[in-house]
Amino acid sequence: MSNIRKSLVREPIIHISRRTDIPRWHGWLIRCGGVLAGLLLSGLIIFLFFKVNPISAYGSMINGVFGEKWAGKTFYDGFAYSFAWIRDTMILLLIAVGLAPAFKMRFWNIGAEGQILVGAIAAAACMIFLGARVPSGLLLVIMAVAAVAAGAVWGLLPALAKSFWKTNETLFTLMMNYIALLLMEFFVAKWEDPPGSNSISIINRVDKTGWIPPVIEGETFGTSFLVITVLVLIFTTLMYVYLKHSKQGYEIAVVGESENTARYSGISVKKVVVRSMTLSSAICGLAGFFIVAGRDHTISDTTAGGRGFTAIIVAWLAKFNPFVMILIAAFLTFMDYGAKNIATRFNVPNDFSQIITGILLFCILGCEFFINYSVKLDFGRKGGKE
Amino acid sequence: MESTIQFNSGAPAVQMIDITKTFGTVVANNKVSLEIRRGEILSLLGENGSGKTTLMNMLSGIYYPDSGTIMVDGRPVSIRSPKDAFDLRIGMIHQHFKLVDVLTAAENIILGLNEKFVLDLKNVRKTVEEICGRYGFTVDPNKKVYNMSVSEKQTLEIVKVLYRGADILILDEPTAVLTPQETQKLFAVMRNMKEDGKSIVIITHKLHEVMEISDRVAVLRKGEYIGDIATKDTDPQQLTDMMVGRAVSLNIDRPDPVNPVRRLTVTGLTVIDDDGVKKLHNVSFAAMGGEILGVAGISGSGQKELLEAIAGLRIIESGDITYYEPHTGKAVSLLGMNPRDIKRLGVRLAFVPEDRLGMGLVGSMDLADNMMLKSYKKGRLPLTERKSPKQLAEKVVQDLEVVTPSISTPVRKLSGGNVQKVLVGREVEGDPTLLLSAYAVRGLDINTSYTIYRLMTEQKQRGAAVVYVGEDLDVLLELADRILVLCSGQVSGIVDARTTTKEEVGLLMTHLGAMQTEPADDKEVEA
Repeated sequence: MSNIRKSLVREPIIHISRRTDIPRWHGWLIRCGGVLAGLLLSGLIIFLFFKVNPISAYGSMINGVFGEKWAGKTFYDGFAYSFAWIRDTMILLLIAVGLAPAFKMRFWNIGAEGQILVGAIAAAACMIFLGARVPSGLLLVIMAVAAVAAGAVWGLLPALAKSFWKTNETLFTLMMNYIALLLMEFFVAKWEDPPGSNSISIINRVDKTGWIPPVIEGETFGTSFLVITVLVLIFTTLMYVYLKHSKQGYEIAVVGESENTARYSGISVKKVVVRSMTLSSAICGLAGFFIVAGRDHTISDTTAGGRGFTAIIVAWLAKFNPFVMILIAAFLTFMDYGAKNIATRFNVPNDFSQIITGILLFCILGCEFFINYSVKLDFGRKGGKE
Repeated sequence: MESTIQFNSGAPAVQMIDITKTFGTVVANNKVSLEIRRGEILSLLGENGSGKTTLMNMLSGIYYPDSGTIMVDGRPVSIRSPKDAFDLRIGMIHQHFKLVDVLTAAENIILGLNEKFVLDLKNVRKTVEEICGRYGFTVDPNKKVYNMSVSEKQTLEIVKVLYRGADILILDEPTAVLTPQETQKLFAVMRNMKEDGKSIVIITHKLHEVMEISDRVAVLRKGEYIGDIATKDTDPQQLTDMMVGRAVSLNIDRPDPVNPVRRLTVTGLTVIDDDGVKKLHNVSFAAMGGEILGVAGISGSGQKELLEAIAGLRIIESGDITYYEPHTGKAVSLLGMNPRDIKRLGVRLAFVPEDRLGMGLVGSMDLADNMMLKSYKKGRLPLTERKSPKQLAEKVVQDLEVVTPSISTPVRKLSGGNVQKVLVGREVEGDPTLLLSAYAVRGLDINTSYTIYRLMTEQKQRGAAVVYVGEDLDVLLELADRILVLCSGQVSGIVDARTTTKEEVGLLMTHLGAMQTEPADDKEVEA
């Protein structure tokens, strides 16, 4: 306290203050800036570590999505190459749509990964054991139902535990992921084909029962995106209406904002938590079905492939608006495809694509800070002096 | 330490010149200039949201002004942290205490001082005793904070600030949590400190306190400095007009209850909260239709639990709650019912909870969506019907003069008073037969408070039984017909509001059944 005169006229340099109101376009401008910064930063790393021209690297990103021979072909041909991208976008979108009701309720379901896996296991089991006995169309329906049921059970458990014993749903759903992964390993070993490979090769390779069929010209069994796209877009629309206009959606919003308010207004919190979480995980289970029936036609421990986590980012960035999710899912899938192509094309390690996606995500998520807070640098201000 | 103070004679203790502080687009202080003189008690008066606390936070190093100059002892200074403020001998006692519950008083006092590696608690105790002796405090240095009453905690906060050598003390609404008796004690201590040459700023919006304790009053309104005036030259009416910006009538209309009928009886109610603490013990009373039953008590005496138990939000350990239907007089037990069951019974119960945005409303939803919080289930379709809540929102906005850009604005963005209007408006709209309200005017400006009082009285005249939990005893005495006084979860007494006095209610608040047994054992601290 003897240094009473030490308090001179010193000024803080960085001012951080919370923004109260920011126009929406302003927010998107900052996000675009984030993407740009991410591209510049990863371009720099591409150049410094692998001596690859960033511009040609990014060019190859587009090729990764639309195909190497895209240039010079008709639009439709180019489009045909992008079927796989659209299909994967839709699968990611469906998972994000599934997460929306849980997250809107502030139920942190980070167990989508596990819910996808059990859905996939259930679907694959139907393919393996019913493939020869039921026609393909019926089998697809059975597979979907089984996957939905499996996913629902995987979400029901943490929801019940949370409702009755107030367990932490984040930990519970996370742990359920590991159980699902171990189950997956168990069933892969049990149903291995060919014997000794410790993996399952393409199921029903010959007669293709339980595969989602191609519909339009240019689609193959590997890239049959149309059925998936139509179904997922229907789900997206339904989810939008459900969250925004239904009584149950209203209940979800109230519970998410405050359990006390929900009880005050006569909502049964337990019922809403169990119902919404089951719905959420059932949809994630359905995504597992789409992966098996429309994409991989087999199962392995990479069936979910981190989509359950990426979808969390999709749902959050879209602020749980299912239609905005379409854009974000498309963008993230695009980046993923593109980064993988850079790795192949320029012969850099495969992990490199993950570094690029990581940098981009970091920049995109970092933007949210600048959207919520304004930062002012202040060097030469004179306030306080006489 | 004392010797380094250079009294720059003539210069005021603190001068704040043209201070501006903004949060986003909100201007909390706009070119405010304020002077704090040596050895005076200055009241900083203003309605909620007028920028009093923000201004003082800049003096105590919590915020940094956007522009303007602060001078201490006539020299410009820059206060960037609470430590800077302490170095300048400025200390603030915040509304929400900043104490560590598990530490003792002495440990809390030296917390953050970092004077030596080894704590010299013995010396601390000596200094604390010295400070206490000088100003008339009582602080037990070895008592843990979690064992302290609110008033003890506040005393500790003041001692803490004095220990750090503060000459300028800022008290942010210190009486909000005190009983009338405790307030008198605090005022005595404040006068002692003034005698000792300290400058004291008291932030408040209670006019009678301003008149009683301060030498000078400075008034802020909507972030602007309105002016200052010597207390002896003014009166509450003039101060109110300065504070609000226009003439306001300070009378509450209290018509006599017409034909009161029994509406609700509570018998032997005992409630234990989630932590196993007994919050209500054997509470019995009756509420009449056509009457306002005021509920008084130190905060945390079970008011909240009482209302929540009636509204079906608390598990009841024992006792009974009976509702009597208005026309038939049929008795219905509300025991063990949740809000849905109560509604299904046809009981028109309205509840304005203490926590407006955490219980009564959904902050992120707009006005219209909040209107249907209790009626969203109407209709058979799985989809919600939005037309009637919209009309209701329009009506509430118009009737209660809610200031909002539109009915599709999230209620969180409204000011406290407007939030409360939306909540009360919705609750009153269903023509309730039983209206429960907890701290309905907390944090509201004078105008809105009077609107709420008027609404309560209107409901009473309609024949509703109104249970009004309040903080301000002056208001309770003017608004209610009878007052139920709670003291640590028990009924300390039920008095006639027209004949009782503030002192009587204050005594009941602190001493269970004080009327029958011994009077106060409080010792008044004399200057």
